[in-house]
Amino acid sequence: MNKNHRVPSNRTLSAVEVKSKFGAEFRRFSLDRSKPGRFDEFYGLLQHVHRIPNVDLLVGYADVHGDLLPINNDDNYHKAISMAAPLLRLFLQRKEEADYSAFGTDTVTRKKTPAALAAVLLRPDANKKKPPIIISLPKDFRPVSSIIDVDILPETHRRVRLYKHGQEKPLGFYIRDGSSVRVTPQGLEKVPGIFISRMVPGGLADSTGLLAVNDEVLEVNGIEVSGKSLDQVTDMMIANSHNLIITVKPANQRNNVVRSSGGGSSGRSTDSNTSFYGYSTPGSMVMTPSHIIQNYEPDEESEEEEDLVIEADRGAKLFPQAGARATASTSMPALPRYEPHLDLRPSNGTMASSVSVGSLNACDRGLEGRNLEEEGTVITL
Amino acid sequence: MKRFRRHGHESQRDKHKQDLYQFNKTVEHGFPHQPSALGFSPSLQLLAIGTRSGAIKLYGAPGVEFMGLHDENAAVTQVHFLPNQVELVTLLDDNSLHMWTLRAHNSMSELLEIGRFTLSGPPGAPPSVTRVTAVLAHSSGELLLLGTEGGHVFVVEVPGFRELEENNISVEDVQNRIPEDYVGRRNLECVETLHENPLNPRQVLIGYSRGLMVLWDLDRQRPIQHFLGTQQLESVWWMEDGENILSSHSDGSYCQWTVTGEDPQTEPEKQEMPYGSFPCKAISKVIQLPSKQGPPFLIFSGGMPRASYGDRHCISVIHSKTHEALDFTSRIIDFFVIREGVNHRGEPSALVVLVEEELIVVDLQTEGWPVIQTPYLVPLHCSAITCSHHVSSIPLKLWERVQAAGAQQNTHYSKKPWPINGGQNLAPDPPQRDLLLTGHEDGTVRFWDASGVCLYPMYKLSTAGVFLTDADPNDNMNQGSEGEWPPFRKVGCFDPYSDDPRLGIQKIHLCKYSGYLTVAGTAGQILVLELNDEAAEQTVEATVVDLLQGQEGFRWKGQARLDVREEPVLFPPGFQPFALVQCQPPAVVTAIALHSEWKLVAFGTSHGFGFYDYHQRNNILVKCTLNPSDQMALEGPLSRVKSIKKSLRQSFRRIRRSRVSMRKHHTNNAAKLQEINARLEAEALQEMELAPVQRKIEARSSDDSFTGLVRTLYFADTFVSDSSHSTPSLWAGTNGGAVFAYVLRVPSLERRAEDPVVAHAAKEIQLMHRAPVVGLVVLDGKGAPLPEPLEVAHDLARSPEMHGSHHLLVVSEEQFKLFTLPKVSSKSKLKLTAVDGSRVRRVGVAWFGSRTDEQLESSLVVLTNQGELHVISLPSIKMMVHYPCIRREDVSGIASCVFTKYGQGFYLISPSEFERFSLSTRWVVEPHCLVEAPLQMRPKNPSSPVHRDQPDGVPTEHRNFKRESEGYENSARQVMEHALLNDESEYTRISS
Repeated sequence: MNKNHRVPSNRTLSAVEVKSKFGAEFRRFSLDRSKPGRFDEFYGLLQHVHRIPNVDLLVGYADVHGDLLPINNDDNYHKAISMAAPLLRLFLQRKEEADYSAFGTDTVTRKKTPAALAAVLLRPDANKKKPPIIISLPKDFRPVSSIIDVDILPETHRRVRLYKHGQEKPLGFYIRDGSSVRVTPQGLEKVPGIFISRMVPGGLADSTGLLAVNDEVLEVNGIEVSGKSLDQVTDMMIANSHNLIITVKPANQRNNVVRSSGGGSSGRSTDSNTSFYGYSTPGSMVMTPSHIIQNYEPDEESEEEEDLVIEADRGAKLFPQAGARATASTSMPALPRYEPHLDLRPSNGTMASSVSVGSLNACDRGLEGRNLEEEGTVITL
Repeated sequence: MKRFRRHGHESQRDKHKQDLYQFNKTVEHGFPHQPSALGFSPSLQLLAIGTRSGAIKLYGAPGVEFMGLHDENAAVTQVHFLPNQVELVTLLDDNSLHMWTLRAHNSMSELLEIGRFTLSGPPGAPPSVTRVTAVLAHSSGELLLLGTEGGHVFVVEVPGFRELEENNISVEDVQNRIPEDYVGRRNLECVETLHENPLNPRQVLIGYSRGLMVLWDLDRQRPIQHFLGTQQLESVWWMEDGENILSSHSDGSYCQWTVTGEDPQTEPEKQEMPYGSFPCKAISKVIQLPSKQGPPFLIFSGGMPRASYGDRHCISVIHSKTHEALDFTSRIIDFFVIREGVNHRGEPSALVVLVEEELIVVDLQTEGWPVIQTPYLVPLHCSAITCSHHVSSIPLKLWERVQAAGAQQNTHYSKKPWPINGGQNLAPDPPQRDLLLTGHEDGTVRFWDASGVCLYPMYKLSTAGVFLTDADPNDNMNQGSEGEWPPFRKVGCFDPYSDDPRLGIQKIHLCKYSGYLTVAGTAGQILVLELNDEAAEQTVEATVVDLLQGQEGFRWKGQARLDVREEPVLFPPGFQPFALVQCQPPAVVTAIALHSEWKLVAFGTSHGFGFYDYHQRNNILVKCTLNPSDQMALEGPLSRVKSIKKSLRQSFRRIRRSRVSMRKHHTNNAAKLQEINARLEAEALQEMELAPVQRKIEARSSDDSFTGLVRTLYFADTFVSDSSHSTPSLWAGTNGGAVFAYVLRVPSLERRAEDPVVAHAAKEIQLMHRAPVVGLVVLDGKGAPLPEPLEVAHDLARSPEMHGSHHLLVVSEEQFKLFTLPKVSSKSKLKLTAVDGSRVRRVGVAWFGSRTDEQLESSLVVLTNQGELHVISLPSIKMMVHYPCIRREDVSGIASCVFTKYGQGFYLISPSEFERFSLSTRWVVEPHCLVEAPLQMRPKNPSSPVHRDQPDGVPTEHRNFKRESEGYENSARQVMEHALLNDESEYTRISS
């Protein structure tokens, strides 16, 4: 699944790379694996490198399984150092703001299902009341825009996923008709193409820095655009706007990703986060553990947002403002009858608990059961 | 009509698809766009029209029609049938000549191009030498005389197009013999007209633009007589007796000359300027035909006094004491007269006039010269078409009632049968009675018989009478006040000026079982009408429905609501309005639905939707779908942004009004027109600058404009909230991808008048891709779409399967999505836009069946914005076949498309023409007709002077063919042989 990977070329076995994150800031330094020192020295070092000498910190790290584990004594500190291979990722939080529930098994890597996401999105306050099922704040799981499929594309091309989900930011770019030169057996040939013509400052496309004016658009979500009109490509992009994957031939070929010849283990990807390649790094992107975000499956329906269905009570009067709310995006805590409708894939057990079926009346509950049987989904009420 | 036949490129292996689907463009209904030439063959009784886009269309008896298209994209400037043959010659703008024939094959004729020819002059000659300006198809059927701009006449043998250089008539040949002082001033200019002596085909009259006419002897290759006209020549007519010649001139006069043999003739016998004294416009064509009842008919076009009526399009008919100036609403292309008798040399029976926007046939034998209703070539666009609606399989009862109502409207038409009756219509009778309803900008709804090849007008409904409009009743072009000169009479129905654009019809729904009709218009008006065979005087009760429900900060800047006549209005027999809903704000009605069983009408605009109980005459539900921040919809930009077309129309209307009411002020108009033109130009320029060459890529959001616009409404009896009891329900889909469902409680039949209809909100679905919802269909337990209201009650459809779960199919512009009912959860979907970038523009449910199998299956028929037709299976929503149909640039064609219930469809290929297409193998309506060569007529009529007077024994037609055929190209010969064979078999059939 993880198609891109990168093995740092300058690694030395004796050193542990540390990437420490506090808020939106990163610090990178290295420790000697053989002489890690004591936890309180390490703690002081962190305060020093982040220049937060008087801040009480809660230190966590991501282990090989992707779990977020705490570091608060010498034992787990040494464990963390010894397990780091090769990078040790640290996540620092202010003690007073710390979210302890974030620690534990499966918290970081657990595959986020759309239903769970929708449930979290739809019922933020419900989550607060029930700490056991709290996963984390949704924004921590938001996949971010990234370059993907580096290993399968020619080096001159770049496949960019613009992850719009839940963001207020506009996609923010324009496309135009143009022509590009192709090498054919008959020689150079001018062919019509689609190009990015303008970026909206502050838009998603602009802020990722992954797309630029005059980049030629080759594919939209895996479908070639050659032979399609500007309007068709526009419509394709808009139809895929919730999860837009554009393959471009950048106008500026100097920043291309150079693949290392080593190859490495194919199942793992390293961080292909934008900051890694020296692009401008918006703060919002670095919150997320990087290795869960690059599963590019073009036909994967899980990426799709679901339609919202409001079922009115029988006999209930009209919601006076229901229509306006339904069209006004996803935040509607006052309406208990929203339920994500689970149409896309057989759900796993974890999502059931977060589906808000509690408000259904008995009649609907019965129906629910019946329909669930038909759909073969396993939902325990 | 084979030309457009296009078979799908589907793989052979899927036989099922082949059995069910095939794509054909079958026939074009309506009036050809931009006609440019007219031809008529008296012997074939066929009419030919050439258009500016290079199409050639032939029409005979109703149902007999042929169409061809020149490969060159050039206008057809002249059409000439070869006398007494099945060939015709067309002259195009690019100076090429084309030979067409009607080839019979399997008792079906086809129009085929069999040759083309461009005149080649001597080397080094300027192009004007060979630029053809006049064509004479010689009555021998073997010669074509081509007059050119340079003044030469070239003789060409047909159908092979062989130049007979030795017979050419050069300018020099002609000029040699005329007086020096006449010719010296200028050259003769182009050959304006070529005419054959009706008594002696070896004599030809050549008319030059300059005014000179020369009578030429084809055999002796020399001029017989010169007529020294001094006015610019427009046309020439050789009278029946062969003795007299009429010439018409650019100064509005016509002259009569006598063929005396004395050369030269310097003065005409008689000179007339019919609309005299003040300068007149040219008489472009003049003809005179003898009549047994008194003096001959004199018919000419133009000649109007330049200053006062120079802009009128008139044909004057003078017979005995009757003199009428037929006043047409568009430019005259050409005209001819049909004559009675075996040889078509008898009494003039009908005048056929082709004007730019319609074909008008005037009955010359009935008192008052009434117009004969045309069975085809009807101007669909007499007022611009704004919407259309098709209803398949009309019950006979309703059909007859509509027909009867229409017959009462058509009393002013002549009772004479249609005079053009060439060819045989061999198409089988249409399998069912189909109605096409077109809504027009002037508030009329026209009912067309769309069952067969001829789109025949049945009935016209006008909704304008319900409202008070600012149309001035005195503002009438047809004021035929006594003693007016010239004696104008307005003919034709093409009237592109709408008095109030708010009257425009936007949506139509007819229930074929109950005869209830609902039409909705531009200013938020929804009329419910009922078919009544008697005239009735009634007041139409208006219900104003506020769709905003007290939204704050509202400011409607659009059009005002229409004012309703409060006094009773007399409605003629036909559809009579009895209820009126007026939406507030009065925005364009964007969706309607009629359920005649529940007696409910649902309607939607850009602000919301509601439904009305027309039994109890009260509105039941109002639902505002407007996003409060949607300023565009709030203020009504649809009417605020003035279209060029609209402003142009308004300007013209203003001009027309001022011209009609106060003629004295006409000096003002030129300045006004100039000012308007300048403004229009500026507007067009501005629009051009705004037109982006780039496209913004942005996800749809709830804040987009017009998300609340209601795109589709649907009544269904289904399981909305409960899987055990089905209930009536109303479904609405919006531009923002929302679907609203209401459960309705409709009282039982006995209590229908007392108990109220109640609606409860049941569901709302917000599609996350937010694309406009363009169609909603509920599928029954077997996956078939629910039947129409009353269909089951009339035993015309099987009852829907109420066991097993129903499904809701939501068609958005981007994808098809099937949901379970009553618990709405997505079952399957088909993405369109994400895959190929096309979007759904039109969608309909249609039934398909193979030719052999009785079994029918339902499918979705979809037209995309790329102009492609898709058939999508139900309930599995899989793409079955797709065919390119309309050019994607043809936005109005795509927008005008309407589907029938049986896999056919119509779309506008021009403002005045519907193209009919079929996706079905089983239901195809296309012309199937036979035209036979008229050769056998000729030996039967030995008295015909045409043959008698041939001087040196020209061989008979048959021998001639055989002798000449060797020289023809192969294809041409085959045609001729075929034609002969065909003819002989026909001949023996008749004689035995």
